[in-house]
Amino acid sequence: MSTYTKPKSILDKPFHYCPGCGHGIVHRIIGEVMDELDIENKTVAVVPVGCAVMAYDYFACDCIEAAHGRAPAVATGVKRCMPDKVVFSYQGDGDLAAIGTAETIHAAARGEAITVIFINNTIYGMTGGQMAPTTLPGQVTQTTPFGRDPYTQGFPLKMCEIMNQLDGPAYIERCAVDTPADIRTTKRAIKKAFEYQIDQGSYSFIEILSACPTNWRMSPADAVARVGSEMKEYFPTGVFRDSLQGVK
Amino acid sequence: MKKLMKGNEALAAAAIHAGVKCFFGYPITPQTEVAAYMAKHLPEHDGVFLQAESEISAINMVYGAAGAGFRAMTSSSSPGISLKQEGISYIAGSDLPCVIVNVMRAGPGLGGIQASQSDYFQAVKGGGHGDYRLIVLAPSSVQEMAEMTVTAFNYADKWRMPVMILADGMVGQMMEPVDMELLPEVEHYDKPWAACGKGKREEHNIINSLYLTPQELEDMNEKRWLKYEQISKELPDWEEYMTDDADIIVTAYGIAARIAKAAVKKAREEGIKAGLIRPKTLWPFPSAAFERDIKKVLCVELSRGQMVEDVRLALNGRAEVEFYGRCGGMCVDEEEILENLRRLAG
Repeated sequence: MSTYTKPKSILDKPFHYCPGCGHGIVHRIIGEVMDELDIENKTVAVVPVGCAVMAYDYFACDCIEAAHGRAPAVATGVKRCMPDKVVFSYQGDGDLAAIGTAETIHAAARGEAITVIFINNTIYGMTGGQMAPTTLPGQVTQTTPFGRDPYTQGFPLKMCEIMNQLDGPAYIERCAVDTPADIRTTKRAIKKAFEYQIDQGSYSFIEILSACPTNWRMSPADAVARVGSEMKEYFPTGVFRDSLQGVK
Repeated sequence: MKKLMKGNEALAAAAIHAGVKCFFGYPITPQTEVAAYMAKHLPEHDGVFLQAESEISAINMVYGAAGAGFRAMTSSSSPGISLKQEGISYIAGSDLPCVIVNVMRAGPGLGGIQASQSDYFQAVKGGGHGDYRLIVLAPSSVQEMAEMTVTAFNYADKWRMPVMILADGMVGQMMEPVDMELLPEVEHYDKPWAACGKGKREEHNIINSLYLTPQELEDMNEKRWLKYEQISKELPDWEEYMTDDADIIVTAYGIAARIAKAAVKKAREEGIKAGLIRPKTLWPFPSAAFERDIKKVLCVELSRGQMVEDVRLALNGRAEVEFYGRCGGMCVDEEEILENLRRLAG
């Protein structure tokens, strides 16, 4: 019988995340992967502005807090100086796909040897639930009180599909954390992304569909169910590119 | 041995001499030679040159590299420096050392590409948000472009804060002989705070400027302010020319000071007792230079009058302060300064 314990790459501090939020699950997965690859001592995490702004209190590795949207540029600066270290950015949808779109695209276009972990929950969580670049058509938020109307408020950005137009990335996958099977897939993806960085010096982009019960005004159970229905319909999960496996 | 170099190139060469590990930049006139020189020569010294997708990205790459403990720099000209202000505020708020070069051009807005000194307020009073300072150095020759670059890296690491070299399009573009053997000694400092991977360290390092508890943030700002007070005592630097018996003091920095010096020389030939005070550090401002019996001061700038405010603060009403400046890329000439000196002497 195996004992399920806290990864040593995650510090012993209670998460501040809401019940049903996916951040805690993804943090844990990253911690498990750092443990399994034994890289905690050589990893630098670049954390975002958003709900995960205090992720530096949870990851046991060295951490740098980036300005909103700038994590891939900060990660570039770190990695270019220390090619032998492991560098990942952890970003939400507003951070990565709105204010930081240029940084996201260009770090990928350069094929920086970093891993980008992208939490897509279709909303700005930290500021209380405003429209994100990934908010679905019709979705009600504080700043789309009548539901997002794509004709005046734009269409959601499908980031994996956009990133798949670039030659730089080695590996692009969209995962989810709404079911145990999806959580296992997410872990495989994150581990592979880190391995590609370490073994090949490659750029990877892992998008993770995640729930925000608080700002969706839903129970945790209903919110997690929405990830599996509405979100997966608009943002299909799967491998978009895996250069080493010939998926392109 | 002296070598004829452009100001921008001398600065870049001195940065490499100072051990800069990485340069992140974006093209903008009139500083582009810095990036071009770095692109060609930094890789020869195991350094990293990277052309970023924007000024914003460039300064954030500097933030990352500096946070990991490496000597990092970026350079730009006025509109690009405006874009970097967010990152500069984060770097100051995270107590990271780095060097930022502004080869000033005329503004506001897209302005023009000719030399100007209209970014003094932005550099000295804090261009980004929050309570913070930059150490600001003002070179007035190609030799000083090189020397102050080494000093900038030394100060940045010693005081753990960003240092700005506030040059202008003329100093950046002109060619003068440079003696690289006269550069200040390169100093080295340990960086146990760097987020470079824990290695054998027990605790993880965090590079951060977020403090959600107001008392904690106030304490951090107070601590930084004590450091700034110490810097204000130790670092002020200026040059004086014929000030001993001067009735009228001309004060100017950077390229304007070169022109002002020539005007002072001519004024002396006419029997006008003029002298020059040239601030070499703009922050901390060398207020001590003005602690003397002064009757009249003429502040000359390539702006509508920015440093003149610090001159007035330094004098605190003890002397009459007049301003003469040209802006928009127009340059003051000797004769214009001389006319002002004749009028003040008359």
